[in-house]
Amino acid sequence: MSHSQAPATWWRKFALGSLGFVVTIALWQVATWGNDITEVPGPWLTLQGLRELATDGVLWRNIAASVFRVAWGFCLAAGIGIPLGVWMGWNRDVVLFFNPTIQMMRPISPIAWIPFAVVIFGGANFMLAGRILFDASDSSAIFLIFLASFFPIVTATTSAVRSIELKYLRSAANFGVTGLGLFRRVILPAALPQILTGLRLALGIAWVVIVAAEMLGVTSGLGFQVNDSRNNLRMDYVAAAMVVIGLVGLALDMAMSNLEASALARRGMSRR
Amino acid sequence: MSEAMPEPGKTPRRDKITVEGVDKTFPTKKGEVHVLDGVNLTVREGEFLAIVGPSGCGKSTLLNCMAGFERASGGSIQVDGEEVTRPDPKRVFVFQETGIFPWYSVWDNVGFGLGQMPFEAKDEHVMKYIRLVGLEGFERSFPSELSGGMKQRVEFARALAVEPDVLFLDEPFGALDAFTRIEMRREIVRIWEKTGKTCILVTHDVSEALELADRVAIMTRRPATVHSVLDVDMPRPRDSDDPPFREMKDLIFQVLGVERRV
Repeated sequence: MSHSQAPATWWRKFALGSLGFVVTIALWQVATWGNDITEVPGPWLTLQGLRELATDGVLWRNIAASVFRVAWGFCLAAGIGIPLGVWMGWNRDVVLFFNPTIQMMRPISPIAWIPFAVVIFGGANFMLAGRILFDASDSSAIFLIFLASFFPIVTATTSAVRSIELKYLRSAANFGVTGLGLFRRVILPAALPQILTGLRLALGIAWVVIVAAEMLGVTSGLGFQVNDSRNNLRMDYVAAAMVVIGLVGLALDMAMSNLEASALARRGMSRR
Repeated sequence: MSEAMPEPGKTPRRDKITVEGVDKTFPTKKGEVHVLDGVNLTVREGEFLAIVGPSGCGKSTLLNCMAGFERASGGSIQVDGEEVTRPDPKRVFVFQETGIFPWYSVWDNVGFGLGQMPFEAKDEHVMKYIRLVGLEGFERSFPSELSGGMKQRVEFARALAVEPDVLFLDEPFGALDAFTRIEMRREIVRIWEKTGKTCILVTHDVSEALELADRVAIMTRRPATVHSVLDVDMPRPRDSDDPPFREMKDLIFQVLGVERRV
């Protein structure tokens, strides 16, 4: 047994990561030997399905549709969740007012909201300056993504602000820095690392919920792709969509993690 | 030696801070904790005063009240004849483990308290204080890239940059290693002699108090009062091996020891 502390070299990471991937695909191949596209497909059928979807252009449209919905839901959640979290972290009465409700609603899966999402948002297009920003079906999906990412963002931001060290706040008070300046120069940068971690977590959850969110009368998106292909008994397309969901999720997480690292590096802070 | 250096013991200096009958109690789940019990203390303008006492006796609480971070439960604390109600940039607090901001460069940290001013003027001012603490060349560095002693220098520069009258030092060398601590003590004496600020140092290190201060206030155990204030009439630089130094140290330990036995 070893628990090595030294950071792994890039080629070691790459070699071991690839090996794990190859072993997984081999096991998948063995487990699905001889299946056709109406059963659990093997890697080869999945790859072929993926190629068909890609050349058809359907795949790209679906990726774009899903990313669009997740981006909207996530940004709305961050836009409301971060200010609310800062307010809650700053003022004890505010946290006492909101927190029981938030912690009660947090464990409710966004999937349970589907019936209400349809009732509330199912009938209206969102217009902005005379253009359709997103249509009725988008709205319900965006609402579910919003719910999925809102609670982790509020909770992380609240705890980030509450755990700011007293000496930083006292320093600011000592130098007469208050109000917006205090927020911009002390509270936000002090809380930023934890807020970014919360955002990354929330984005991960939001992407997981996309399949459920796109079961609601939408006709695009990777979640729709999964449901639609199942209804047509094209299990190779189902598997292909799953692979793409995984890859896009990985890309989103890597992007967030880079953002996190560069935001910390710019402040001379790093996780290590 | 600069012309700003006060002449110790020669000119009668006016009182800068007066602490009169200060009480402090903290509410806890088990009832009230009585920390300060009628503390009286006078700090003269331009002097270096050290407050020593056993750990947890409330020295830091007293300093926090003097700085305006906490309100006393009773009694009065006045600076230049005015009651202290909140922190003020004229009196800057230097924290136990540096309170400089890790998200700002050395330059931005030192300029933190300066507010809005034209860049040229601000740069000149900030660089003046970065040079004063001997950190030129590090103005673009971040605190995470600096050693403990250098961080402490940044904090001194940040405090001095707003040109305060008073510096509150709450065990500022506590987190440093022994060698850096000696170096920083020499440094703070140099800065104090050059700028003539009123310095109030809280420490549980009796040698440190005697090396630095004009006068040493000795606090008792909780609920604490000021037992006595000793004049340290020794020329600087001071040597902790000199007989008068050792005698004073013994005396302070005796005072603290007597209190312990009570």
